[in-house]
Amino acid sequence: MSGPTRAGEPGSIRFTFDGKPLVARPGDTLAAALLANGIGLVARSFKYHRPRGIMAAGVEEPNALVTVGTGGRSEPNTRATDLFVYDGMVARSQNRWPNLSFDVGSLLGLAAKALPAGFYYKTFFGSAKRWMFYEWFIRRAAGLGDAPTAADPDRFAQRAGFCDVLVVGVGPAGLAAALAAAEAGDRVMLVEQDRLLAPSLVRDLQDLDPAWAEATAAQISALGGRILLRTTAIGYWDDNLITLSQRLAEPGEQPPSGTAQRLWHVRAKRVVLATGALERPLAFAHNDRPGVMLSQAVRTYVRRFGVVPGQRVIIATNNDDAYLTAAAMRDAGAEIVAILDTRPAPAGATSGFPVYNHTMPLATKGARHHLREVSARVDGKIVRWQADLLAMSGGFTPVVHLHMQAGGAALDWDEASQSFLPGGARQNVTSIGSAASADPAGPTPPPENPGKAFIDFQNDVSLGDVDLAWAEGYRSVEHLKRYTTLGMATDQGKTSNMAALGRLAEKQDVAIPEAGLTTFRPPYTPVTMGLLAGRSERDAGAHLRRLALYDVHQAKAPIWQPLGYWKRPRAYPKGEESLAQAALREALSVRTAVGMTDVSTLAKFEVSGTDAAALLELICATTVAKLAVGRGRYTFMLREDGLVFDDGTVWRLADDRYLLTSSTGGADRMAAHISYVRQVLYPHFRVSAVNVQEHYAGIAVAGPKAKNVLTALIGEEVPRHMSTVPATIAGTPVLVLAASYSGERAFEIYVAASEAEPVWRACEAEVTAHGGCLYGMEAMEFLRIEKGHLVVGGEIDGRLTPHELALGGMLNKAGGYIGAAGLTRPALTQPARKQLVGLEALEGTIPEGAMLVSTQGQPAEGHVTASGLRLLDGGSIALGQLNGGFARLGEEMLATSPTRGQSARVRVVAPHFYDTSGERYRD
Amino acid sequence: MMLITCPHCGPRAQTEFTYERTIDSVVQPDADPAQAMEQLFTRANPRGLDEELWRHTFGCRAWLVMTRHRVTHTIEAIRSVGPVALP
Repeated sequence: MSGPTRAGEPGSIRFTFDGKPLVARPGDTLAAALLANGIGLVARSFKYHRPRGIMAAGVEEPNALVTVGTGGRSEPNTRATDLFVYDGMVARSQNRWPNLSFDVGSLLGLAAKALPAGFYYKTFFGSAKRWMFYEWFIRRAAGLGDAPTAADPDRFAQRAGFCDVLVVGVGPAGLAAALAAAEAGDRVMLVEQDRLLAPSLVRDLQDLDPAWAEATAAQISALGGRILLRTTAIGYWDDNLITLSQRLAEPGEQPPSGTAQRLWHVRAKRVVLATGALERPLAFAHNDRPGVMLSQAVRTYVRRFGVVPGQRVIIATNNDDAYLTAAAMRDAGAEIVAILDTRPAPAGATSGFPVYNHTMPLATKGARHHLREVSARVDGKIVRWQADLLAMSGGFTPVVHLHMQAGGAALDWDEASQSFLPGGARQNVTSIGSAASADPAGPTPPPENPGKAFIDFQNDVSLGDVDLAWAEGYRSVEHLKRYTTLGMATDQGKTSNMAALGRLAEKQDVAIPEAGLTTFRPPYTPVTMGLLAGRSERDAGAHLRRLALYDVHQAKAPIWQPLGYWKRPRAYPKGEESLAQAALREALSVRTAVGMTDVSTLAKFEVSGTDAAALLELICATTVAKLAVGRGRYTFMLREDGLVFDDGTVWRLADDRYLLTSSTGGADRMAAHISYVRQVLYPHFRVSAVNVQEHYAGIAVAGPKAKNVLTALIGEEVPRHMSTVPATIAGTPVLVLAASYSGERAFEIYVAASEAEPVWRACEAEVTAHGGCLYGMEAMEFLRIEKGHLVVGGEIDGRLTPHELALGGMLNKAGGYIGAAGLTRPALTQPARKQLVGLEALEGTIPEGAMLVSTQGQPAEGHVTASGLRLLDGGSIALGQLNGGFARLGEEMLATSPTRGQSARVRVVAPHFYDTSGERYRD
Repeated sequence: MMLITCPHCGPRAQTEFTYERTIDSVVQPDADPAQAMEQLFTRANPRGLDEELWRHTFGCRAWLVMTRHRVTHTIEAIRSVGPVALP
């Protein structure tokens, strides 16, 4: 009998692995359960598809990644060692086809010479054709699990926590520290990624036992401490903020409460890191077969799970800890064939084991599923042992990830243990236990056999790859990482970084600490996207501000369109009308009769005080102070660099009182801008600028009959174009502005948001009586494009000057506005910069977002910002930006959109297609 | 995520605040254009302490001057600007 076994009761928890029904005992990890079922081969490696087994017993596992769960709960790349089996669990191996045992991709392993380190780099940097050729193969051959395509049915919660002391890691050190703090009266939180308190006590049979851990935890709880199991501290941020990921159900499991995971943000006064240490593998030829495991992991499977991973055991070590594994395996009835110790002599007792000093494994042999043979050079001769388990230990690496994220200035190199220990840190954090000290370890001689000696099992990086990267000129540890992909992917180099660093230091001929370290980035272990998103998904992904008239619109079942924080009606289709048909009907109604629409979302600011005009003349690049009371004008705003970032209208309501409107989407930005000018630049101004965006609802009435509608509503005192009067509609005070965004005579009626409905209904009754209808944003877009009005986010994209948007003539000649200095930059007057143009289709329909080229294949010289049509004859027109466009009127170009697969021949024209003289605004 | 002590609201999470710009890039609109562009586009970006303008956007909305270490994120001093800060 060979390979992993478990004696006694097989267990009653049913699960499947690659469709095969299996059973597990309560408390088993998937890794333990697979070993208990005699399964050695559980994965295929990332690059070469080499057969891999279980190497570790904790979160550092590089090989045994599985996909667990089905449908939306499916979770790829989950470590079999960090996954507790539950009834009905469905787990699948990854990166293999057609199956794990026979994997076509493993042929790649035979061609490994064709896939050296930096293969992707070389392919990327080669010609595009080369990448195109390889991409198909690479995408299929290399990889991890597949992301689920269905939505996750479970909830993900987020919670804030506060405590005096946060202890990470509930081993003996962590428990003792937490108890001491709790007894001193501190509010304590303890977190542990395992589901067991102090699992090392089970593994190591120390002076303390698991009952001590239970009793200590009970004491801490009694003193008000909070203990969270299955909770990982994933990141350490500024000012002692620690993020935790808490599993309320196992990966892929239906959570009993409906909530699968919880993300904690914990602000702690003091943090104690009792995160322990990770064992390092040894590098020798073919050290990656199923049956080659880390020594402490072997001990964990024996003592904690009752699984004996092999019957004939070779131990390879450079430290004393592995002798405990030998003892544990002997106690479990396995035969210790040999202990290969790299040191001249073990420091402790050998307990009668056959020990070979100064010895490293040479190579292993085996089949896909199991190890068969281990060889080593003893006294100059190669000795071969039949063995089904090789337990290796290359020393221990304290887990310093969180310490480094806490601003650990530098790590102290400990020569005796060949490891980095946490030094001083900026934040209030201390490391204790085996996270702060490591037992001495001996040398790790370089492999003698030329076979692949892996250091990063997850990324298939061997020592030879490190040497190759060095030979090709990659000197720094950061370059090494990126070139070889060492230390990347889900395990983030937990078991590999030290070996790589050692080799690099050797090459550089420096001590290991001088070779440098890569950054310890969060998260410590992989997290699902759901955890980070929490409840912020779908409709909860962003705030929704509801229009004051939302219910009124909703009763007409419009097509809604998201716009900033808002949703606005896009069109009000009648019967079977499509969006385009409805929008066209609505727009034509405005052109020929009258229409009305909700413009409540526009940004609105009420600016008042003796310095109101002075403030506005800074914000607006047009004149403001000269406006007569009761008059308004179009205006636009510049950033300090001289580029237009928003536009709107400004109205003088009284001597020292103005209303400023600007774009919906830019409302917050404009509020911040005004606030900056007001509070930072001119704190002495006597002015108040109030954001009244949501205080007032706005109704636009537009069309040749708009004036008749207004007359019916407010009487004969209808304001002239760009004038404003206060009035009363349906008994409610309103402000009527005569302004147009459609090319027709038009009015905007502003009313207190809470009083909007009766005013809207009164307007709608008159509009209907005059043969008009409601129109939405789509019709508004048609109307404004034809007239050549600009939109923020379209033509006004923050990259053009007023001159380039054909607004230069409106600039305040006296200067003084924000952006005036920026406009003097010589680069902004270059004639080849983009300028606003109109486009007229010679044939076809101008695609939205198309680029403008002279002929197909030439570089883009501009782009379409908005595509519309001549409403009265249906011709395709557009607005766009074109290099040096003002001087190119009449030129023919191609508007082409490769993403839409559409093109149209166009002529460059002036950017207005309707009523260019403004005739229709006059009464 | 930093813990920022707003002079008005006390210690609050960084998510309530918006970083705006460094103090040396605050340009008066009547400044000499060449000087203004220099201030706007050529930043010192010191590896150490710098004076920065922040806004307590989701709190009291005050503009704040923070003396912050750009490597360690240590906040050495914080005060408000605007009318409330005037003598």
